[in-house]
Amino acid sequence: MRRLIYLLPIAAFMALAGYFVVSLSRDPSVLPSAMINQPTPAFALAGLEGQPGLARDEFQGQVVLINFFASWCVPCRSEHPLLMRLAAELKAPVYGIDYKDKPEDAARFLSELGNPYGRIGADRDGRVGIDFGVYGVPETYVIDKSGRIRLRHVGPLTPADVTRELAPLVKELQKS
Amino acid sequence: MIAELGHFALALALVLAIVQSVVPLYGASRGEPALMALGGSTAIGQFALVALAFVALAHAYVTSDFSLATVAENSHSSKPLLYKITGVWSNHEGSMVLWVLILTLFGAAVAWFGTGLPPDLRARVLAVQGMIGAGFFAFILFTSNPFLRLEPAPLDGRGMNPILQDLGLAIHPPFLYLGYVGFSVSFCFAVAALIEGRVDAAWARWVRPWTLAAWCALTIGIALGSWWAYYTLGWGGWWYWDPVENASFMPWLLGTALLHSAIVVEKRDALKTWTILLAIVTFALSLIGTFLVRSGVLTSVHAFAIDPARGAFILLLLIVAIGGPLILYAIRAPSLQGGGLFAPISREGALVLNNLLLTTGAATVFIGTLYPLFLDGMGGDKVSVGFPFFNRTFVPLMVPLLIAIPFGPLLGWKRGDLLAASQRLIFAAGAAIGLVLAVLLLVKPAAVLATLGLGLAAWIGTGSLVEWSERVQLFRAPLKDTLARARHLPRAAYGVTLAHLGVAVTVAGIAASAWESERIELVHPGDSVSIAGYDLRLDKVESVPGPNYTADRGTVTVTRQGAPVAVMHPEKRFFTVQQMPTTFTAINTDLLSDLYVVLADGDGKGAWTLRVYQKPLVPWIWLGCGVMALGGLASLSDRRWRVGAAVRRGRAAAGAAADD
Repeated sequence: MRRLIYLLPIAAFMALAGYFVVSLSRDPSVLPSAMINQPTPAFALAGLEGQPGLARDEFQGQVVLINFFASWCVPCRSEHPLLMRLAAELKAPVYGIDYKDKPEDAARFLSELGNPYGRIGADRDGRVGIDFGVYGVPETYVIDKSGRIRLRHVGPLTPADVTRELAPLVKELQKS
Repeated sequence: MIAELGHFALALALVLAIVQSVVPLYGASRGEPALMALGGSTAIGQFALVALAFVALAHAYVTSDFSLATVAENSHSSKPLLYKITGVWSNHEGSMVLWVLILTLFGAAVAWFGTGLPPDLRARVLAVQGMIGAGFFAFILFTSNPFLRLEPAPLDGRGMNPILQDLGLAIHPPFLYLGYVGFSVSFCFAVAALIEGRVDAAWARWVRPWTLAAWCALTIGIALGSWWAYYTLGWGGWWYWDPVENASFMPWLLGTALLHSAIVVEKRDALKTWTILLAIVTFALSLIGTFLVRSGVLTSVHAFAIDPARGAFILLLLIVAIGGPLILYAIRAPSLQGGGLFAPISREGALVLNNLLLTTGAATVFIGTLYPLFLDGMGGDKVSVGFPFFNRTFVPLMVPLLIAIPFGPLLGWKRGDLLAASQRLIFAAGAAIGLVLAVLLLVKPAAVLATLGLGLAAWIGTGSLVEWSERVQLFRAPLKDTLARARHLPRAAYGVTLAHLGVAVTVAGIAASAWESERIELVHPGDSVSIAGYDLRLDKVESVPGPNYTADRGTVTVTRQGAPVAVMHPEKRFFTVQQMPTTFTAINTDLLSDLYVVLADGDGKGAWTLRVYQKPLVPWIWLGCGVMALGGLASLSDRRWRVGAAVRRGRAAAGAAADD
């Protein structure tokens, strides 16, 4: 019986390693999400400092990009120039959700670096983030015309992500 | 040519590591001194080879040899020399070379200082170290070769992420790695002990200095990382419970537990199997820390080296390096029964409580870090774990630990007297209550939890000093006796007092963050902002060129009731290669509080947004970590670790252990 206690550490480790093996066999930059092909969770968020907010029901019928960001998030800064380019070049609106952040900080962040977002919702306590399953900022979602989540990208977008995956998907979704 | 030399040196180091992981082990099982002694030479040889490879890589960075892929991807000819050097390890390939450089440094140190160890133990420790080395050399050579050439070579490099071009961040990885990799020595000792089937007081005595050294380095590494976040990110936060921060914090928590439980093995011959397990798991978490950052299993603020192919290799490495020892543990640990019995209220009991709380704390952080991924991986509900989770789970675990700190050193071995210890701590309790009352009455706005936090800091601080003053008979014996006692007190005792004082200082710094104040204003040059009794006047904002950026540089004159305090220069920098703006905060500290000034944007009509924070006691957070590390170093300099003393007393202890 005593010996069993000493087997506990290796048993726990094997469970963990098993999980890691499974999770590695997936593409790690696209974290598996139970939300893929699910309807976008309903939300209605206030805007930053008197600007209009963002609600799900407002963008039904079009393909949109939703980017979770925060002023305190470093990769958001490195992703920022790319978002500015996307906002200009992509023929789909880019919306932002300011995650667990003070609206005044976010407003400063955007006035410092430029504002790529057509509209911004302030998710101060992260409730909407929980509904989306946001693990950390930045995260980017592509939502199709029927309001379903079609892509979740965790971490900063890179130019390669955009040309290989995001831009073709948006184009295809817009055709349908 | 030099790069090829470096590549060749790494390949040769792999061969030596394989030899080192096989021959000494075989020699130890056969009792052949010549084969056992080989481990020492190969360990030193490996270090020399990796040092050569590291220098070759550094040479490529310094001379901007863009025919090397990592240099072209991560460096730029206009980058200042300092960041060309630190650029060696601020990318994946180079940081792995630094990792093995430190690993082989520790291997060589064990070979060098370990001449007093029993030859079979030394041979086995070095063999295990050789296995880790072989795994990592293979990883570097097959999946992340730093000496890969580009044909044709680009004219200039892509440059380094501007956020990484910073002194604090540049020296933070070497310390972090010294800590992570340093725990490999305790790990090797633990595995060697499992192979031998023997753990005794002498073993603990040999392990402790290595653990201490690694712990000191990790403490400094984490503090530097947190300090970097504080002044770089521009919002004044210093800890984000980010997965990568957690990855360094978990080995620290377990390393702290290991330090304390090894004392029990050394002094009382108890908690053996637990200590072995801690040594294995601490290094396992260091490896998982490396894995989490590099594989993309977790994606987070710092994850700039993401590649699944490497992840698969590291995962294999992890399974062998952690799974193997844990299987060995399951087989051998049941036969390692400890001798020392003790009552629940005793020094041992206090150290067990310390271990329970620290490991539970580490487990909490582990769950908080991985749980969202587990759940998502199983297609379950979505959760987001952040400050609220850690504040509600981790902090309540640490409070009893902090309250217990002053009791530990006052309790006797085997059976302690809690009442007597409490009586001796009455002064500390008085100091804590006095401080709490004074702060509640005098400091506005009132913040009850933060005030209690300050009281806790006072309790730990005075409690640690009480223990020291008891030892030197302060105010009880004549001053001359006290001074003599203070001089003869072992350095290890000073180490305990200092490390615990450091905890108190850090706790005070964290608690006082409740009183920070913040002002954000749009000001024209000549206007002032007032905060916490200071007046900050923006004199001018001018454009200045940097080596690889241009900056808007503000000049802010700080006065207090008309008396000059400081002139500060916050900057807004724009890095030309990456087309990326960053803020460069100006911080003025008097060690009791920080003034933190950020120059945000201008309105284009001559006015600028200034963000000003006054943060009381915030430098204490890192100062306390420095004091903790100093305590570790003091303990490390204790004469009983010195080679001669350790060997003599170690042999005596080994003899005694063999007798019973």
